[in-house]
Amino acid sequence: MNKYLERLYNGIVKENPTLILMLGMCPTLAVSTRAINGIGMGLSTTAVLILSNLVISLLRKLIPDQVRLPAYIVVVASLVTVTELTMQAYLPALYEALGIYIPLIVVNCIILGRAEAYANKHSAGLSVMDGLGMGLGFTLALTLVSVIRELLGNGTFFGAQILPESVDAIAIFVQPPGAFLVLAAIIAVMNAIGIKSRQRKLVESGCDGQCAACAMSCDKKGKEGSAQ
Amino acid sequence: MKSLILIIVSGALINNVVLNQFLGICSFLGVSKQMKASVSLGGAVIFVITIASAVASLLYDYVLAPLGLDFMKTIVFILVIAALVQVVEMFLKKKSPAVYKALGIYLPLITTNCAVLGVALTNVQDGYNFLESVLSGFGTAAGFTIAIVLLASIRSRMREEDIPAPLRGAPIVMISAALMSIAFLGFSGLSF
Repeated sequence: MNKYLERLYNGIVKENPTLILMLGMCPTLAVSTRAINGIGMGLSTTAVLILSNLVISLLRKLIPDQVRLPAYIVVVASLVTVTELTMQAYLPALYEALGIYIPLIVVNCIILGRAEAYANKHSAGLSVMDGLGMGLGFTLALTLVSVIRELLGNGTFFGAQILPESVDAIAIFVQPPGAFLVLAAIIAVMNAIGIKSRQRKLVESGCDGQCAACAMSCDKKGKEGSAQ
Repeated sequence: MKSLILIIVSGALINNVVLNQFLGICSFLGVSKQMKASVSLGGAVIFVITIASAVASLLYDYVLAPLGLDFMKTIVFILVIAALVQVVEMFLKKKSPAVYKALGIYLPLITTNCAVLGVALTNVQDGYNFLESVLSGFGTAAGFTIAIVLLASIRSRMREEDIPAPLRGAPIVMISAALMSIAFLGFSGLSF
């Protein structure tokens, strides 16, 4: 049981996809205007990640090595379409709020990265736990960013008014520049207390955190960056 | 005519793909380290996004929509984009080695740049016709190039500066991006 829990710890803390590996930046910055959007995006991605890890892990002996990346993309894109249609049916408000960023889960670096780096080499059980850990790590980071932005930019916490009306909210934080500022501040704080993000290593390897392209073109280097 | 120009300007400046919509952030933050690489990537992105928008638009209007396969668009677009990039790469390698050399390794990397899929999906969502899609793709890609070249210039100036230790690396780049984003907010006042 221990190695399953280790996967969870690895995804949430040790290799947190957003804060440590700096993957999946686009949705982190784009949808984090309100805490509820952040959680919604995080959980949708988690669902896709768990299922794609499961499917890819089960198919890992059937998929020929040369065409594995197109095969992964088809699996992920199908799962994303299912998620998108489900959200449209049952969570229309969230579906509207996240908009174009739901289909874009397909190109989220975390998902193809985990397929390439973990799911195609490990058993289904471990891969599911890996997906869950990575997904929760992504959700937590996304929620952290969006709670800060909502509080500063809107004066609310999950929609509930926290700051008194007399205090002016700093609107720039819910606008695009605020996303960069909040993430910069979080990473600066992490640097200051000595948690090193691994982005530098990725950049120097020439893969530049080029999303899933890391897994594709810089095959080996990408693995070093996003795998164990 | 006026509305066509508006599509380009709005894609490039008002709704800048990186600074306003946060698509293609990974390459924006990663590649902007070097000026030369940024220019090459920008060129490759303009090339690929314009072609991809055209193909995606034709495919949607003449295949997916008439067959009622609207819900398949994400899957179809991502596969078409991946295949297209491969074809473009092979074509350039054979017919125009100079261009191939300039765009070099950036072509295959673009497949998973979310801006490409993002533009294709947005065009469909906004109900653009073929010409509008191509122009919107071109405008968006030009916006990407403007943003990444600007950030690369800022970063080349920053190399000599004494930056506080915790801000070195990613944070200072993001703060620069935030300031650029504030500047680009000014374009939202543009009206025709």
